[in-house]
Amino acid sequence: MIEERFDAIVVGAGMAGNAAALTLAQRGLKVLQLERGEYSGSKNVQGAILYADMLEKLIPDFREDAPLERHLVEQRFWMLDDRAHVGLHYRSEDFNEERPNRYTIIRAQFDKWFSSKVREAGATVLCETTVTELARDAYGRVIGVRTDRYDGEVHADVVVLAEGVNGLLGTRAHLRDIPKPDNVALAVKEMHFLPRETIEARFNLKGDEGTVIEAAGTISRGMTGMGFIYANKECVSLGIGCLVADFQKTGETPYGLLERFKSHPSVAPLIEGSEVKEYSAHLIPEGGYNAIPQLFGEGWVVVGDAAQLNNAIHREGSNLAMTSGRIAAEAIFQIKSRRDPMTAQNLSLYKKMLDDSFVIKDLKKYKDMPQLMHIQSQNFFLTYPQLVSKAMQNFVRVDGTPKTEKERTTLRSFVKARSWTGLFGDAYRFARAWR
Amino acid sequence: MSQPTKPAAPAGRAATKKELPEHFKGYKHVWVFVEQERGQVHPVSWELMGAGRQLADKLKVDLAAVVIGPEGEATRLAAAEAFCYGADLAYVVADDLLADYRNESYTKALTDVVNSYKPEILLLGATTLGRDLAGSVATTLLTGLTADCTALDVDADGSLAATRPTFGGSLMCTIYTLNYRPQMATVRPRVMQMPERVERMPGRIISHPLGMVEADIVTKVLSFLPDRESAKSNLAYADVVVAGGLGLGSPENFQLVRQLASVLGAEYGCSRPLVQKGWVTSDRQIGQTGKTIRPKLYIAAGISGAIQHRVGVEGADLIVAINTDRNAPIFDFAHVGIITDAIRLLPALTEAFRARLSPHSRDRIAS
Amino acid sequence: MHIVVCIKQVPDSAQIRVHPVTNTIMRQGVPTIINPYDLFALEAALELRDKFGGEVTVLTMGPPSAEDSLRKALTYGADRAVLLTDRFFAGADTLATTYALATAIRKIGETYGTPDIIFTGKQTIDGDTAQVGPGIAKRLGLLQLTYVARIGTLDLVGRTIEAERRSEGGVQMLRTRLPCLISMLEATNEIRRGAMADALRAARSTIVKWSAQDAGVEDISKCGLRGSPTIVKRVFAPSPRAEKAALIDFSDRSPAEALIEDIFKRQPKLEAELVALARGF
Repeated sequence: MIEERFDAIVVGAGMAGNAAALTLAQRGLKVLQLERGEYSGSKNVQGAILYADMLEKLIPDFREDAPLERHLVEQRFWMLDDRAHVGLHYRSEDFNEERPNRYTIIRAQFDKWFSSKVREAGATVLCETTVTELARDAYGRVIGVRTDRYDGEVHADVVVLAEGVNGLLGTRAHLRDIPKPDNVALAVKEMHFLPRETIEARFNLKGDEGTVIEAAGTISRGMTGMGFIYANKECVSLGIGCLVADFQKTGETPYGLLERFKSHPSVAPLIEGSEVKEYSAHLIPEGGYNAIPQLFGEGWVVVGDAAQLNNAIHREGSNLAMTSGRIAAEAIFQIKSRRDPMTAQNLSLYKKMLDDSFVIKDLKKYKDMPQLMHIQSQNFFLTYPQLVSKAMQNFVRVDGTPKTEKERTTLRSFVKARSWTGLFGDAYRFARAWR
Repeated sequence: MSQPTKPAAPAGRAATKKELPEHFKGYKHVWVFVEQERGQVHPVSWELMGAGRQLADKLKVDLAAVVIGPEGEATRLAAAEAFCYGADLAYVVADDLLADYRNESYTKALTDVVNSYKPEILLLGATTLGRDLAGSVATTLLTGLTADCTALDVDADGSLAATRPTFGGSLMCTIYTLNYRPQMATVRPRVMQMPERVERMPGRIISHPLGMVEADIVTKVLSFLPDRESAKSNLAYADVVVAGGLGLGSPENFQLVRQLASVLGAEYGCSRPLVQKGWVTSDRQIGQTGKTIRPKLYIAAGISGAIQHRVGVEGADLIVAINTDRNAPIFDFAHVGIITDAIRLLPALTEAFRARLSPHSRDRIAS
Repeated sequence: MHIVVCIKQVPDSAQIRVHPVTNTIMRQGVPTIINPYDLFALEAALELRDKFGGEVTVLTMGPPSAEDSLRKALTYGADRAVLLTDRFFAGADTLATTYALATAIRKIGETYGTPDIIFTGKQTIDGDTAQVGPGIAKRLGLLQLTYVARIGTLDLVGRTIEAERRSEGGVQMLRTRLPCLISMLEATNEIRRGAMADALRAARSTIVKWSAQDAGVEDISKCGLRGSPTIVKRVFAPSPRAEKAALIDFSDRSPAEALIEDIFKRQPKLEAELVALARGF
């Protein structure tokens, strides 16, 4: 093992890891960050949307040199059935503000930039170095890590596990369970390259404006899943994911799902003529509040996707990751300033601070949603989209049928599909889970 | 599929035009370096003679061979052979110091002859010797060198147009050395076709002294260990070649290629990815950075056919491609294709050939 | 002992992936790597340093992003890294490249001590010309040993080095004097995985960056596009053959039979030749 000691070791250089390492370094702590990929971002896949508010807390003037694609001015929610979509769109000039609230980004480029900031702040960042296990003392306290490099054991006061949803380090060390198949989704994504003008014309954008489409419905064939389409400067990111448990049950493939999504009549025209230049897949934590593992222990904390801190309902993951990384770092800094040891009791400060933040508050709010969506997936992703689509068509089509009769037909179709009890039950359960 | 990208406009440069400085205007004739080692002339020299003859005819100038080697019969014969392959004259630097190839002595010999007799074009084979020598000579003469060319031609204004793959092998580019002389190019063995050998009397030979003594040459050859006959592969000059690519899936499946090759009395090879993965040794690599082959029959199993590979096999008389992907680029240049799994077809093919070629198996020595 | 290793950062063609459905090549985001051939040179250099003591300096000419490759080289254990970067170097062919590199190597000698050996890889995976090593040697007046498979004895006092050089048909055992340039053959060794201490040192090292002026370039017209006697005039896609491959239909026979029939139909003489070859086996 090497002689040199660090105040903290951060395992992973994704959103959570970089936020933690940056904050620790900014606070003057001696940080070692270890990333198993070739460079920060090489193993990360995301849509991706960047939440400015959370990044501002880390790098207030990030807009000066961060690689940003488009700032979002519009959000569309689509409920799809096979031939139609029912959409809820919101677009506002307010989003064309001086410091826009959300951006689309390309992770490989963004992470590289983020990592350079971490280095600038004074952290030591090593890539192509895999942490193989946690180093513990005689009492089982975590005192550092072992890596796959020769003489590769390094000790520190605390280890921040930012190893991502797949994180084998924590699971192997029995700090948490391997995520269950119904708590994790497999998403696949493609980048479709189109000329800027084409993107701007198709999505009705000017300059660097951007739009986000989130879609759910029959495309996932009754499985719990969601698709997305994001407009970047010169490419469109699109992808779809479903719970791993659902894939296992139905035997569908993520790629088959993506092909169907791309050929949906509402989606195909948006990517017509594009050149696909990248294909990637990734796992996303979906379990929500109920799946959050133990967040801290003797000499360690866990942040980001590894801690299942992902708000699946709002598709917010990277901001929770960044925030949990930052908060963990702040907690560690406070303990260090008091010259206290990194015991589980002291590190519980991290959980307390996290509970007080929007991270846990939001996850708690939606804690029953994942379960509901999964159990009721047939209803929410198949039945309702079809019913709503038919209802809308009925409403929109002018064919001489009296309007009252149209409404009655629609109502009857809903009742027939779900029965009154079902409808009220769904509404009630949904409302409760939402709250 | 995509438009060929335009070359970056040469920034701040006056010339993509020929503006040959005065002192180069007297450079004339096409030269080919005849590579000989231990009494053998490397066949690439004659292949280049053929290419050089075509260039010289277009330019209406002479074709000269440059023979560098030890004094004696081998060098004399090499010079005589050059005329049988089309040379109009031969420059010979014969000196016992040149018995073994050493960079210092050969570089001096070639640059001296070039400076004395001033060719406009100088061609060398891209062999280990050729590449070792060409870079030193080009740097000494401060002239342009285009390496590993797949095609040579002359433009209307007499400039040498040297074509080679670029962008990692996905496109071709044509390179010129407009304003420096000689225009140098190296070509890999088997890229150019071997010309007809016509029995001719030796023509004009111009001898040139080496002008060095042993003490001038720092590098000494301590010994030479020839390769074991059995270890040598004759891939570049084989008449029948069977090769495998990533479509085979695993190093174990590559054995199927070797088995078919064995039954056909053929050499076996592979595409670049297999060498990169360590499944096959690099001397078996076929393609732009491996060996160029010109067999009568080439069977490619599970090879996608990127241009990297294509330029190494285009000269084959009959290219047979086995691939499960009907959109694989190999079907763009193969003569015959079969859409099926090579892993299943190879053993079937091996057995079928075995039965067909030697019905009297007792005639065969164990393969 | 001071060894300089010249490396190049190239796009990683091996990592270009194929789309699972359309089977097209996806080039977006292809990472850059150290030219694989250079790693054999680097490992050979590190082994000599470990054996005889001294330092290994890694040099590259490239854009600012080439710093990544230099840092990787430091992670493997190199002692120092120099990045030669300047817009004047852009568009250089081998002659202009060797001018810049040779100048930088002279400067490295002045600054850090005269190098005893310059190592280069055999060729690059993006240029493949194998000309830069010999070019550098010529400009620096160094003896050169190319296609070296193994380095034998090194006598630092007597200033000689022996090495095995791959030649056509065999191996030459050569002895020459230091300083010299060696270009290593591929697959002659395996680059080590840097120890944690090396990785940490690499992460913290400052990479020395030199512009053309810093490197002591006296004649800028010898660099970059201006200093390149060769120019690329045309880039084009190869013209497709008029006919694509004739696909064999094997609906009524075994594919093997169908294929053999077709081959011999096209090349009738081939069957007799193959029979003769098979007999001769």
